[in-house]
Amino acid sequence: MSTYRIGIDVGGTHTDAVVLDEAYNVIAEVKATTTEDVSSGIYDALKKVVAKSGLPAEEFRYAMLGTTHCTNAIVERKRLNKVAAIRIGAPATTAIKPLVGVPDDLRAILGKHLYIVGGGNEFDGREIAPLDEEGIRQIAEELKGQVDSVAITSVFSPVSTDHELRTAKIIKEVMGEETVLSLSSEIGSVGLLERENATILNAAIVDVARSTADGFVKALEKEGIHADVFFGQNDGTLMSVEYTVKYPILTIACGPTNSLRGAAYLTDKPDALVVDVGGTTTDVGVLVGSFPRQSSLAVEIGGVRTNFRMPDIASIGLGGGTVITIKEDGSYQIGPESVGYRLIEKGLVFGGDTLTTTDIAVAAGKAKLGNPELVNHLHPNTVDKIYAKMVEMAEDTIDKMKTSSTPVPVILVGGGSILFPDQLKGASEVIKPENSGVANAIGSAISQVSGQIEKIFNADELGREKTLELARNMAFQQAIEAGADPDQLTLIDLEEVPLSYLPGNATKIRAKAAGGLLSERENIQS
Amino acid sequence: MRLIGKKEIEHMAIGAALLGTGGGGDPYIGKLMALQAVEEYGPIKLLSPEEVPDEALVVPSAMMGAPTVMVEKIPNGEEAIAAFKALEEFLGQEIYATMPIEAGGVNSMLPLALAARLGLPVVDADGMGRAFPELQMVTFYLEGVSATPMVLSDEKGNSLLLNTIDSVWAERIARKATIEMGGSVMNAIYPMTGRAMKNSSIHHILTLEEQIGARIEAALKNNKQPINEILELTNGRVLFQGKVMDIDRKTQDGFAKGTAIIEGLGTDLDKSCRLHFQNEHLLAEVDGKAICITPDLIAVLDAETGMPITTEGLRYGARCIVIGMPCDPKWRTEKGIEVAGPGYFGYETKYRPIEELLRKEEV
Repeated sequence: MSTYRIGIDVGGTHTDAVVLDEAYNVIAEVKATTTEDVSSGIYDALKKVVAKSGLPAEEFRYAMLGTTHCTNAIVERKRLNKVAAIRIGAPATTAIKPLVGVPDDLRAILGKHLYIVGGGNEFDGREIAPLDEEGIRQIAEELKGQVDSVAITSVFSPVSTDHELRTAKIIKEVMGEETVLSLSSEIGSVGLLERENATILNAAIVDVARSTADGFVKALEKEGIHADVFFGQNDGTLMSVEYTVKYPILTIACGPTNSLRGAAYLTDKPDALVVDVGGTTTDVGVLVGSFPRQSSLAVEIGGVRTNFRMPDIASIGLGGGTVITIKEDGSYQIGPESVGYRLIEKGLVFGGDTLTTTDIAVAAGKAKLGNPELVNHLHPNTVDKIYAKMVEMAEDTIDKMKTSSTPVPVILVGGGSILFPDQLKGASEVIKPENSGVANAIGSAISQVSGQIEKIFNADELGREKTLELARNMAFQQAIEAGADPDQLTLIDLEEVPLSYLPGNATKIRAKAAGGLLSERENIQS
Repeated sequence: MRLIGKKEIEHMAIGAALLGTGGGGDPYIGKLMALQAVEEYGPIKLLSPEEVPDEALVVPSAMMGAPTVMVEKIPNGEEAIAAFKALEEFLGQEIYATMPIEAGGVNSMLPLALAARLGLPVVDADGMGRAFPELQMVTFYLEGVSATPMVLSDEKGNSLLLNTIDSVWAERIARKATIEMGGSVMNAIYPMTGRAMKNSSIHHILTLEEQIGARIEAALKNNKQPINEILELTNGRVLFQGKVMDIDRKTQDGFAKGTAIIEGLGTDLDKSCRLHFQNEHLLAEVDGKAICITPDLIAVLDAETGMPITTEGLRYGARCIVIGMPCDPKWRTEKGIEVAGPGYFGYETKYRPIEELLRKEEV
């Protein structure tokens, strides 16, 4: 019975791939260069890691991919779908039309078919106005043949999804069952404009997601592999291909998340700080119960303000390829330029002509790499000063991400993790796990399936305990629908925020549950 | 009189975040409403208070309810107009101009959107010079201006005129009605004559906001630290610099209350600052001694960018600079301290002006 899995993660510099066995042991790992089209780099990594594992094609049961296709499409404004956006909320909300506040170039691409129709809900679930079904039917007639996909956002849909669902039904009746729809209640939380923006972006990248998924499946088939394919999403859990092509926006920023998850797995530390040192940047994230802590602030993607769940990551321009300039007066500058993946030709210790952070670490005797004699000419005092500054930059970032002054375990991962010493300020211990260079690909491979809800509840109605229980069950249900095994679900996040100026103890509750794939257990049992 | 357009609105929004002293609601929604209104209806007339005739009717405009609701159920812009029309009808007099009741947070922006739509001038003044959570915490109230008659209007077209015996009743009924109307309404409130406005408001506060925003933006463009510029504009003083070490927050009676401990860095090394907040920052103590007390203003700024940090945004590890700014003299009266001083918020400290507290500190 086939039980091996492939995990691939696309980074800015490298595309990493691993093969794991049933017990998640690393059988093979490779690093390929990330290509401009992203896809060929993925195929390259896939081919290499399969070859390196020496396993026959039929041994692979799962393939997990964490990719940057969707992020790139938005940032580069390329390959975006023709979209329409329908907001349900009139007579409310018209003082700010859809996409106001979005950069002009993106607004020109996405803002050709914008509508606001009657409907939507109040914070307590009452209707603001009845849903304007006739208006929606007319809009759908108008849109026939004009757009590829439609974004639907209803006021307070995180409280009641009814109007979004009814709108979706009408549009499909008129435009055809195959019409691709994005519902805001599936994407973001309270905060209409941010959720609407994320929903419109989602609608704009459905084709990119579709071709990425198709391409990956075909590339696997070319290797003779018929595996179940999953995509990583930014909360550290998996989505089926079917779900990914519906909600591709959730793949954004899955890279840092995969590193965090991989680090948790490699060290068996569910609560720790993870420092991922790449070629160009160092990203610091926080693990809470093996999952990334999520940001509570509005997140911008390609200049668009959104509010959907994203890992809370602090990033600094300090990686293994970061360029160091030493001036004549002995002063120096670290970055922000980086030689990236060309470190192995450009770095001094590799015989190149550019002084990098890696050279400093070698000169300071902290890393063994390349030819140390090639950095002998550097003044030891200067080297020590620069190295101390590099460490300080990392320590400062670590400190900013901590929630208290208590020392916590720090896990160093990524290709550039050799830069840093075995002791860091604020760390109870510094762990550099084996295979840490491909922690992201491992994180991608071991991901679980999750379900999340975020809603405003009236805590006075059921009482606090029962309300939390209800929220928990709703999250479980979501996870089961996403393919999780009902018997091994755990609640990984529960957050309640009481809302000021509202009666009935109105409370915003976010609950998230995750568990292994249902098919996985069947597999193990059989 | 001068005209204000998009650029001025952008700047005012930055200034509004600073004068929000950590609360007041994110000005973002208000800013976008004002920007769209200006795009559709043209620039806004900003009047200096002295340009308003004594007998003219001036009516402030504000949102009431939960900012959390407003970011989801955005207004349609007609609510504030309906409230104004209803009040005009009741008073039998045309409204000459509008103004914000508070310069901090979202309420500083909303009158701008209304003004653009109605072609009504905005007076360069407000009733707080900062942000506060309750209706009576305005200088209008200190000078005996009544909150009523007031009108609440929702986006559905409902308007409610309140003519109550005092402002306690106004607050009580308005809060209940706001919930029924959907949790966030616009109101026309504290109607007053031009004379009363001049006497009871804090003058030139919108211009101050705009200047603060313009200076912060310019400094950021040049990669400079804008804090000195902010201090110069507001007569402010740096109270403390350091790093947030601990935050203790809870929600009580509908308000986000709590304290933050900031450990000193640089010149404040080995000192500790305790910040007390209730939606807004209200009291700052260094090593147990009060150094800035409400109604004086306290703002926490990001040490790198100089951008204001809200009470919700405070978190461990944030490098920050705490600044204090003197409030308007209207607040430093017996009634002012009674309405918005430390005692009202439940702090035992007696109010003393920031200048006096810092002078002692220096001795």
